[in-house]
Amino acid sequence: MASKRLSRAEKKRRQFIQTMAYLSTVTVAALAGIVPSVKAASKRLRPPGALVEKRFLSACIKCGQCVQVCPVNAIKLADLTDGIGVGVPYIESRDQACDFSCDGLQCVLACPTGALTHDVNFSHEVDIGIAKLIRPKSCLAVQGKGIKGSARGPDFKGMMRYEEIDRWNPIPVADYPYDLELCDLCVRTCPIEIRANQCDIGKPPSGDEQQCPPKRAIRLVEIESEDGTRKMRPEILDGCVGCGVCEMICPAEPAAIVIESNDNRTGKRI
Amino acid sequence: MKLKDSFAELFGADPKRVQKSDISEEAAAVHAAQKADKSRIQKIHDELAEMALNKPGEKTRRIRWAVLIAVNLLFVVSYWLDIQLLEGALTASRFAGFHMADLNSALQVMLAFKHIVINLVIGTVTVFILWWLLGGRTFCSWVCPYHLLSEWAEMIHVKLAAKGWVKDHPMDRRARMWFWLIFALLAFATGYTVYETISPTGILSRALIYGPGIALAWVGALLIFEIIWSRRAWCRYACPIGLTYGLVGAISPFKINYNLNNCFHEGECKKVCLVPHVLDTVIKGRAKKIHVSIGADCTRCGRCVDACPTESLTFKFKGFSDYL
Repeated sequence: MASKRLSRAEKKRRQFIQTMAYLSTVTVAALAGIVPSVKAASKRLRPPGALVEKRFLSACIKCGQCVQVCPVNAIKLADLTDGIGVGVPYIESRDQACDFSCDGLQCVLACPTGALTHDVNFSHEVDIGIAKLIRPKSCLAVQGKGIKGSARGPDFKGMMRYEEIDRWNPIPVADYPYDLELCDLCVRTCPIEIRANQCDIGKPPSGDEQQCPPKRAIRLVEIESEDGTRKMRPEILDGCVGCGVCEMICPAEPAAIVIESNDNRTGKRI
Repeated sequence: MKLKDSFAELFGADPKRVQKSDISEEAAAVHAAQKADKSRIQKIHDELAEMALNKPGEKTRRIRWAVLIAVNLLFVVSYWLDIQLLEGALTASRFAGFHMADLNSALQVMLAFKHIVINLVIGTVTVFILWWLLGGRTFCSWVCPYHLLSEWAEMIHVKLAAKGWVKDHPMDRRARMWFWLIFALLAFATGYTVYETISPTGILSRALIYGPGIALAWVGALLIFEIIWSRRAWCRYACPIGLTYGLVGAISPFKINYNLNNCFHEGECKKVCLVPHVLDTVIKGRAKKIHVSIGADCTRCGRCVDACPTESLTFKFKGFSDYL
């Protein structure tokens, strides 16, 4: 069949159809990209100071400045398949929790849009989520067991600040062996508990009373034991901010204690 | 170029027909002389033959690529070496501690969030002034990482087209305005920065700095579309970032200047141009004045400057002489 010359009008019509097809394909692709993020709202942990999920997603400009300032690299940016919006930051606390080792909430200060609200100034005001003992049977303290060696094994990449080792530089958790009769790592490493203890002995962090958490976050309580060994159970208190250090440090596999995202977070704890 | 026409061109209107009455006396004289002068036509043929033999080097393009790569690498190096010189990504960043925000990303956030914090205002104003001085869409060709990939895709497209394997399917340029409106409305209505999900600029910038992800597949799809179906389709017909910067650059003091006196109307400039409609004035008989400023859709990439054998097109910091 001989190719026939298209009239000007026909050419215009074809161009119009193509343009419309292009326009709608790209728009649909963009909309498809937000469906999972709307569905997965509040399933992930957000960086300190994050507004309530919908507001947070509105405000985030996806620049990753929070990622860059975090001394322990706790913050990651979501990919297309993560279902929470491309380029939006989240925390996977089992792999790397926020241990507040920057002390000044650097991610909040870095955020250019207020997606991480500047209303929070101190770690105890943060509202990432709340810890829950979801597998009490696998908890070493509940079993009356201790911990010897590094908490998560030699290959674990997570970092934490141990003040007695280096006030300013976090070190790998793998490089810090423990030797405890009864595992109390979730309490011992809790950044809120550490600060509260410092305040109790009259030495608040940086000498600043305002850094003192008004409430305790976690403690161990004695539980009944049939065989006479000492057994304890972690109890999460009102002061827990969901930083996730307990989940990261928990030697049980999978972790006995995990952070649940706070659906009703307001950015700042009231 | 008149501001009104510059905006119309940005929004996708076809170049207006030039009325005789619009052409200045001086320009009319040059047009008439060019028609009468037969030796000029011979010169054009000589010139083109010469150019076919010795392809002019693309010096500006090489400098531009170096700048584009350097800016993007500065983000990467700053992060990896932790020197805090340029933190963040192209959507928003801090240069030596000073906030900068991509104008389109900032606009999307403002529409979605409906609340503006002071840091974003500072970042937006800084970037606005910067790109206003540098010409608006200068961002596209001198900074945007997608532009570079798209230029490479374009090279492939042009090669394949020469062999007859692919054909360019131009689209209606008004599409970009519709995209801009659709994404602005979507941000406002859904409260989510919908465009950022598919912005190849943001995806590429983050991929460079924070490591690659599956989102790059979308960028790949756009490039393939440009190679096999429609030349430079994203930059020409879709990108709302380009339109935003175009609006900023419309009143910019930095322009490409066209000099009618030198022009042989060979059309080499239009062949290489990303946005050839801005060069409508170089067509024989269309220039209204001896010196014409190229409109706001121009990305100041300088390819026409390199391509023109007679230096009729040059970069020029014109100040506000156009509007006085």
